[in-house]
Amino acid sequence: MSNLMSGARILLECLTREGVDVIFGYPGGVTLPLYDAIYDNPIRHVLVRHEENAAFAAAGYARATGKVGVCCATSGPGATNLTTGLVDAMLDSIPIVALTGQVSSKLIGTDAFQEADTFGITRPCTKHNFLVKDIKDLALIVHEAFHIASTGRPGPVLVDITKDVLMGMAHYAPVNEIHLPGYKVVTEGHAGQIRRAAQMMWEAERPYVYAGGGILAASASPELQDLVETLDCPAVCTLMGLGGLPGSHPNFISMPGMHGSYAANMGMYECDLLIALGVRFDDRVTGRLASFAPHARVIHVDIDPAEIGKNRVPDLPIVGDAKRVLSKLNRVLKELEPEMAGKNSAGRKAWWGQMRAWQAEHPLEPVFAADEIKPQHLMYEINKLSGGKAIVSVDVGQHQMWAAQFIRFDEPRTWICSGGLGSMGFGLPGAIGAQMAHPDKTVFCICGDGGFQMALPELATLANQGLPVKVVIMNNGYLGMVRQWQDLFYNNRLSAVQIECFPNIELLAAAYGIKGRIVQSPAELVPALRAALDEPGPYLLDVRVTQFENVYPMVPAGGAINEMVLAPPQPVAVPK
Amino acid sequence: MLMTISLLMENKPGALMRVTGLLSSRGYNIESLTVARTLDPSLSRMTITVDVDSRLRALVIKQMNRLVNVLQAADLSDSPAVMREMVLLRIRVTMENRTAILKEAEIFGGRVVDSSVEGFALEATGDPEKLEEFIAVMESYGEIEVTRSGMVAVSLEAKRLRLAPPIPKSHGETVEAS
Ligand SMILES: Cc1ncc(C[n+]2csc(CCOP(=O)(O)OP(=O)(O)O)c2C)c(N)n1
Ligand SMILES: [Mg+2]
Repeated sequence: MSNLMSGARILLECLTREGVDVIFGYPGGVTLPLYDAIYDNPIRHVLVRHEENAAFAAAGYARATGKVGVCCATSGPGATNLTTGLVDAMLDSIPIVALTGQVSSKLIGTDAFQEADTFGITRPCTKHNFLVKDIKDLALIVHEAFHIASTGRPGPVLVDITKDVLMGMAHYAPVNEIHLPGYKVVTEGHAGQIRRAAQMMWEAERPYVYAGGGILAASASPELQDLVETLDCPAVCTLMGLGGLPGSHPNFISMPGMHGSYAANMGMYECDLLIALGVRFDDRVTGRLASFAPHARVIHVDIDPAEIGKNRVPDLPIVGDAKRVLSKLNRVLKELEPEMAGKNSAGRKAWWGQMRAWQAEHPLEPVFAADEIKPQHLMYEINKLSGGKAIVSVDVGQHQMWAAQFIRFDEPRTWICSGGLGSMGFGLPGAIGAQMAHPDKTVFCICGDGGFQMALPELATLANQGLPVKVVIMNNGYLGMVRQWQDLFYNNRLSAVQIECFPNIELLAAAYGIKGRIVQSPAELVPALRAALDEPGPYLLDVRVTQFENVYPMVPAGGAINEMVLAPPQPVAVPK
Repeated sequence: MLMTISLLMENKPGALMRVTGLLSSRGYNIESLTVARTLDPSLSRMTITVDVDSRLRALVIKQMNRLVNVLQAADLSDSPAVMREMVLLRIRVTMENRTAILKEAEIFGGRVVDSSVEGFALEATGDPEKLEEFIAVMESYGEIEVTRSGMVAVSLEAKRLRLAPPIPKSHGETVEAS
């Protein structure tokens, strides 16, 4: 067989070598040669209904698997439509490779039809990007793109390919080596620093683990659990880190931060050693930085040196891959255990006593009502059905926070959530990506009545692919999270937050040939969720919940983490 | 405070934009920027002077080092380094002040690179303060037009250049996030 191949085929060959099994994309003029090659290639192509969702779905796939997600768009509007998804992946450090078509190299710079400066536009939206104008560079660049996306601190990489490259012919030779001299990734972690960290951990009286998305990126959950158990200290997982430590683990407290639990935030405030693992001290976690963990010495483990000291200067930095660092750290911890563990046992016991007391004082407890479905009640029931196992892809808003508070994640990569960018419209395409990766797993998409409508076109993708995603719309009639801020900080002057004309979900589902149901009363809730799970295909549930419920606890923006606004007293009626 | 950054980077399309983008996205104004190929034509050396909040200087350097095309970024502001700038200056002269101007230029180590009845083109190099003075003095003699090169710098400390080694790609491997 001759190895003379078109650029489009070379591209697919490289994707195959990278282990790609699915591409989320949308075709157009300049990607025609690629789509012609996809026609009889074993890689699956999922036709989304908007390119933004191709990027979100690729990220959903990546978040659910740890593998690189791939999306594809045509030049001009196709590429510009990807940008929100790229930035989303950037802020959450999610490995995706975006392939875009570009006008022929001779036409670049002539305002050709559907020409946009994709390379320029996406430069700040990506970890790195490439423009391929010569077919000889194509294979190498594609492999470099996958390498950059998936190693170090993962992130989105875009490869913009001109039409003449896709159409051109060249002899293909598999790439045997890539060389990126400026791309230095430190994975090992400094042995001396690791030893000092272990000593600090045994010396601390009130140690506290603050684990984030880096744990998932490094697949370091077993090592994290080992560390937490060796030290027997309380641990919190950030919004990005949920599932990093099993939610049912006795040492797991909850998510910290703006809507974290009272105990999680008090722990942050009172600890004397903060063990920060794969986190970036985001303002939604820390609140006012000056009063964040004010009594603590800080150990910060991260693979990205630029994260060290960005927001909080650590007492002990360790640059490295969380999995490798933690496994070494665990060895040293165990080595020192006989000699050091006993020293602070009384203090540590008191620390656990304090943690448990805070948990008992203001537990994260669902709210129920006899006559209406409380949002927390909805999450409580989904949690029961999930049993810590289901994949839950959420959108952005109040429902996202309640889901994070009340749904337990016992396994990594089951919580699919746009954290850093908070992109509404992420939930449904995120779920599509996750379900494509795990056809046999239960996938819930939980979204708000606002965000659901941002992703509406993807109902067609869902139906088209027959993906059994259970879409649960937490319908509060409002852009709830914005309404909550207007309520709390703008004298309840509700401006442009009411969602009128919400479509009839039963009719809407029927229009796509899928099942849907409106759920109004608490009594209907569990049967409706069960019916959705029993259905082999997609299912839409429009769950009408209390309209004016606010998410608590809440650290007001810029507030200190220990100054939470706790829930106002609620009438409690537990359903039978 | 003005910060002087020296960068060694791959001579590739877009590399310059990545570096300047990092500064402009923070709203920083670049005071000067010079860039040219090194002995190895696949690399460029860049010198930037930019006003950066002193608390953020280390972060900016780390973020520059994070760029895939950047081999090394270093803050020269507080380390031993030689910094020079070049000025090309055109000045209108009269028959009376010709010699005086030449004398002044000599004091600053300036050289005449073009001479005509209307005036001179002068060239001078030095640190920015010295050149400021040179320009001020010349201005006192008549109408001038000035082009400055921006700062070029060389560190006097030998910094070890750490490069990533090549990575083998085996046939049919699947890449997983590490
Ligand atoms: C694309 C985008 N636009 C605007 C926002 C700002 N925003 C954050 S939460 C929210 C309300 C979301 O409403 P809904 O989807 O109904 O969810 P709820 O908060 O009611 O659960 C808005 C508008 C955003 N995060 N993303
Ligand atoms: Mg809503």
